[in-house]
Amino acid sequence: MLGFLAKGLLRDRSRSLFPLLTVAIGVTLVVFMDSYLRGATDAMFAATASFVCGHLRVTTRAYAKAGTDATNELALLGVDSILGELHRDFPEVTWTLRTRFGGLIDVPDSTGETRVQSPAAGLAIDLSPGSPERKILRLEQSLASGRLPSAPGEVLLSDDFARRLGLRIGDRLTLISSTMNGSMATYNFILSGTVRFGVSAMDRGAILADIKDIQQALDMPDAADAVFGFLPGTGYDDKLAMRLAAQYNAGRDTTDQYAPTMETMRVASGLGSMFDLIGAATGLIVFIFIVAMAVVLWNAGLMGSLRRYGEIGVRLAIGESKPAVYRSLLAEAFLIGLAGSIVGTLAGLGISLYLQEVGINISGMMPNATVVIDDVLRARITPASVYVGFVPGLLATFFGAAISGLGVYKRQTAMLAKELGS
Amino acid sequence: MIVCRLVCVLCLSLCLAAETPTGESILNKVDENNYADTRIAVSEMVIHLARNTRTVRAKSWVKGSDKSFTEFLYPPRDKGTKMLKLGDELWTYVPSTDRTIKISGHMLRQSVMGSDLSYEDMMEDHKLIDQYSAAVAGEDTVLGRQCWVVELTAKAPDVSYHSRKIWVDKERYVPLRENRYAKSGKLLKTTEVKSVSLRQGRWIADRVSFKDALKSGAGTEFILDSLRLNVPIPDYIFSKAALKK
Repeated sequence: MLGFLAKGLLRDRSRSLFPLLTVAIGVTLVVFMDSYLRGATDAMFAATASFVCGHLRVTTRAYAKAGTDATNELALLGVDSILGELHRDFPEVTWTLRTRFGGLIDVPDSTGETRVQSPAAGLAIDLSPGSPERKILRLEQSLASGRLPSAPGEVLLSDDFARRLGLRIGDRLTLISSTMNGSMATYNFILSGTVRFGVSAMDRGAILADIKDIQQALDMPDAADAVFGFLPGTGYDDKLAMRLAAQYNAGRDTTDQYAPTMETMRVASGLGSMFDLIGAATGLIVFIFIVAMAVVLWNAGLMGSLRRYGEIGVRLAIGESKPAVYRSLLAEAFLIGLAGSIVGTLAGLGISLYLQEVGINISGMMPNATVVIDDVLRARITPASVYVGFVPGLLATFFGAAISGLGVYKRQTAMLAKELGS
Repeated sequence: MIVCRLVCVLCLSLCLAAETPTGESILNKVDENNYADTRIAVSEMVIHLARNTRTVRAKSWVKGSDKSFTEFLYPPRDKGTKMLKLGDELWTYVPSTDRTIKISGHMLRQSVMGSDLSYEDMMEDHKLIDQYSAAVAGEDTVLGRQCWVVELTAKAPDVSYHSRKIWVDKERYVPLRENRYAKSGKLLKTTEVKSVSLRQGRWIADRVSFKDALKSGAGTEFILDSLRLNVPIPDYIFSKAALKK
């Protein structure tokens, strides 16, 4: 039966080509949109985790409450024991110390007087050889010149920033910042290398220093802004993060504003609503696709029915039952949907694969961006990419045919001879 | 009868008005009490931060309103840090980095050693009468002393605080309380004198509490240990070369 119908569809392309193209294009778009959305959000969440808050973040309650206005004054004290406790209680998580700082980079001339000054955004991390930070921030891959710091007092600067300051590898620079007590702090560094993160917000004017140097420079002995936790695997698991945070916070003092508290990336980054939005977006795209496709294919089915008005009349006149005709229309739709969905899925996966490997550079669109996001947006193909368009493609064709095919039950054959004659 | 009463009230008002000095004359007396050709002082700042308290000790040399030199003596981390003010310019020298850095722009509003005083505050050696116009707003009692309440408004836009309200001791002409405001009217800083002593014939506030209204913490207490007025200070003190010595 299906073979007979397939032959009919192949021989009469006017019956199959338009619906097939419609389904294929729609499925292609859904597969591409889904992969691209996943890739873009992955990139944003990965950059947010790496630079802003980790998958989990332990800070003082006051620091967490202050959000983006938090300063070193609210830093965690006794971080060595906090870190030890975290390693013991959550061994599956990678824990690292982080401190953000701002200030001026002052470059001296040969006489020690200021040659050039520029504001900088600083990040203090564990830069020691073997530190997980080297992998988390992809420091080796990001190195543009020089080498990673290997001795106290060595720093990395973003490549563009170093060029702008006219700094060369081995040059001395002075950080002018504030201690955690609020007094002015100055500290000399040697530039060991420059990095290019591919994140505009960081590449404009970032300095990466070792956490121990910054603890000394900013008068923060055994203190850091936060302890970042990175979950095992590559991505962020909100449920796991929430469970670990609840476990850590259980029974802790909630009145002391300087007591440590753990937050998930969802909370710490302030991107909670975006998490929900992105989760809903894929479902919304698929829903809109099914409705739109069903309407288009319904319309196509109606037009087809008009064209096949005589054929259906003859089939009914020679004794084929209305349900049998209806079923054959649904079977034809199934075949068209299947073929269209296969073609569309393959095309969508092809385009997504290209964008996964090559990506789109959006750095030109956000020269002054403060959002921490990768400059190159890439798609990401997942197992879901295979069925996210395929199933809706089949369903939309089926629904379209099911609605338009209802016309079969209204078909009368009394005037058939006259109709065929005219 | 009514006319007599009116005349009496008028005469009484005129007498009272005659007793109230003008804002400018009060400011002149404040400046006169405060200003010296040279000053050498050793002082302490007890800084009550949100999480701890730290003490900073410094010695300063001041000449007129344009030259000052400060050397921090304590704590060990800040020992040897020096600041030099020449006119409107300010440099700081930190021995650990062996760098002389000019403090300018927004850095001038930064806190000095984490205190409630900014570099701008530290640079304020000008006479008040040169920078502000004054009007007497009333009378009050502070530290058990009768005070004139004087409202000051900046004469020029480049002054650190657009307006101030000061409570000046009627007898000693020492400001015992002060509120400093931004142009928007926002309160930026308050000072409260805790004690006053007579030194070299002048009444000097020797314990003052400063509070930056925009900063957390319980304020900074400024304690004047020793003060010598109008003593000769060699010129080389006020040079950039002296910073590295």
